[in-house]
Amino acid sequence: MALLTVKDLTLGYDSHVIVEKLNFSVNAGDYLCIVGENGSGKTTLLRTLLHLINPISGEILMGDDLKKNEIGYLPQQTVIQKDFPASVREIVLSGCTGRMGLRPFYNAKEKQLAAESMERMSITPLANRCYRELSGGQQQRVLLARALCATGKLLILDEPVSGLDPYVTSEMYELIAELNRDGITIIMISHDITAAVKYASHILHIGETVFFGTKDEYLNSDTGKWKDYVR
Amino acid sequence: MLDKIVFYLQYPFVRYALIVGVLISLCSSLLGVTLVLKRFSFIGDGLSHVAFGAMAIAAVLKMTNNMLLVLPITVISAVLLLRTGTNTRIKGDAAIAMISVGAMAFGYLIMNIFPTSANVSGDVCSTLFGSTSILTLSIEEVWLCIILSVIVVVIFIVFYNKIFAVTFDENFSMATGTNAGAYNLLIAITIAVIIVLAMNLVGSLLISALVIFPALSAMRLFNSFKGVTVFSAVLSVISSLLGIFISILAGTPVGSTIVAVDIIAFVLCYIAGLVL
Ligand SMILES: Nc1ncnc2c1ncn2[C@@H]1O[C@H](COP(=O)(O)OP(=O)(O)OP(=O)(O)O)[C@@H](O)[C@H]1O
Ligand SMILES: [Mg+2]
Repeated sequence: MALLTVKDLTLGYDSHVIVEKLNFSVNAGDYLCIVGENGSGKTTLLRTLLHLINPISGEILMGDDLKKNEIGYLPQQTVIQKDFPASVREIVLSGCTGRMGLRPFYNAKEKQLAAESMERMSITPLANRCYRELSGGQQQRVLLARALCATGKLLILDEPVSGLDPYVTSEMYELIAELNRDGITIIMISHDITAAVKYASHILHIGETVFFGTKDEYLNSDTGKWKDYVR
Repeated sequence: MLDKIVFYLQYPFVRYALIVGVLISLCSSLLGVTLVLKRFSFIGDGLSHVAFGAMAIAAVLKMTNNMLLVLPITVISAVLLLRTGTNTRIKGDAAIAMISVGAMAFGYLIMNIFPTSANVSGDVCSTLFGSTSILTLSIEEVWLCIILSVIVVVIFIVFYNKIFAVTFDENFSMATGTNAGAYNLLIAITIAVIIVLAMNLVGSLLISALVIFPALSAMRLFNSFKGVTVFSAVLSVISSLLGIFISILAGTPVGSTIVAVDIIAFVLCYIAGLVL
C-alpha cells in the first residue's frame, strides 16, 4: 500500500475552496516535488496532509506503517515570538519530542541524533547561540536540522532553500537527495523547477491546471509550462 | 538585624509567610516564562476581574461560602483563556481584555439589578491585594500551597521538553506527532491553578508581578530557554525572600515590598544586559 494516498481532496480555508479534487499517491522512497505559482495552494496542501487544517472534502489515507511521529516537517514560515529565548541546540532537540511519546527526557540516542543533524547542516558551531540572533539562512538550517530529528520515513519540506545562498542551496538539494537514497520519502515544495526535475521522481503541479505524474511524464505534458525553459 | 530576623522566625506566621512566598514565587516564575512568551502577562489582573464578577453572582445568590463559585469560575476562565494557542484568531492580550472587561461589567450590572448588602467592594479589594494577608495564613492554607506547588514543579520538570516544543512551535509539534492540544491544556490548567491559588493568598497585584518581572529580567541576560527558566526561578525566590524580610524589618506591606524588590532586580538585570 502507498505511504500516502489522496482521494478527491478539496482544500481551502473555512469554506473557501483553493484546490479541488486532487488525486495522487506517494510510495515509500518517492521524491515528490510540488510546483505552482504563488498562492496556488501548495502550503495549504501540505498543512492539510499534516492534519493541521481540515480538508473541505475528500480523504487522506496514511499507509498502515506510517506513524505521525515519523514525519519531519519544515514550515514555510515559522511564526516565532521575536523575543523567544531558545538556543540552537534546544530547538534542534525539540524535533525529537514526537518520537519520545510520554518519556519526559531526551535519551543519549536522541542527543546523538541532534548532534548529527546539526553536523549535517553545518551548524554545530552555532549550537549555543540564540536562535533569534541568527540570519535567515542560518535559522532555516536550524529548522531543517530539527526536521531531520523528527523524521524516520517521510520528510515534508515547504520551500527548504528559500533564503539560502547558492552554495548552501545546492548542498541542501544534495543532502535531501541523499536522505531520499537512504530510504526517506520526500515531499517538497519548490519554485526551482530546474532542481525539481533534476532530483524529483514525481511532480505535482497545482494551479489553473493540475498535473500529477512522474518527472518524464511531466516534461512531455502540456502542463509543464516551464518545460521549455528547462530544456 | 540578624537577631531581629531570628526573633521573628520564632513566630509561625512568619515561617508560613516565608514558605508560601517562596513556593508561590517559584511556581509563578516557572510558568512566567511561558506566560510572557504567550502574551499573557496580564492574566493575574484579568482573572481578578473574573473573580469579582463571580463574587457578585455569589452575593446575589446569597451563598455563604462564595469560594465554591469563585474558584471554579476563575479556573475555567483561565483554562479558556490559555487554551487559545497560536491557531486562534483572538490573541492572548485581546482575549484577556475581553474576558476581564466583560466580567467586570456583568458583575457591576448584576450588583445594581439585584442590590445586596454584601460587601462586594471589600472582596474586590482583597482579590487585588490578597484576601488574607500573607502574614495571616492558616496551617491548612500553607499545606494546600505546599502540595499544589510540589505538583506544579513536578509537572513542569516532567513535561519541560514538551512545554518548550509546544510553546516554541505549536504547528511543528502537532505535525510531528506531539499532542499539542493536550499539552496546551495541561499548561493552562497548571497555570490556572497556581494563579487562582496565589491570587487568594497574595492577591493578583503580586501574582502579576511575580509572573512578569523574573521572566523579563532573565530574558535580558540569557539566550536559552533553560537558562531563562532556571535564572528566573532563582531570582524570583530570592526577591520574595528579600521582600518578606525587608517588610518585616521595615514594617512595610509585604506584597508591595516584594514587587519593589522585583522591580529593582529587573533594573539591575536590564543594566547588566546592556553592559554584557
Ligand atoms: N490562514 C489563511 N486563511 C485564509 N486564507 C489563506 C490562509 N493562508 C493562505 N490563504 C489563502 O490560500 C491561498 C493559497 O495559499 P498558500 O499559502 O497555500 O499558497 P502557496 O502555493 O503556498 O504560495 P507561495 O508560493 O507563495 O508559498 C492564497 O490565496 C491565500 O490567500
Ligand atoms: Mg507556500
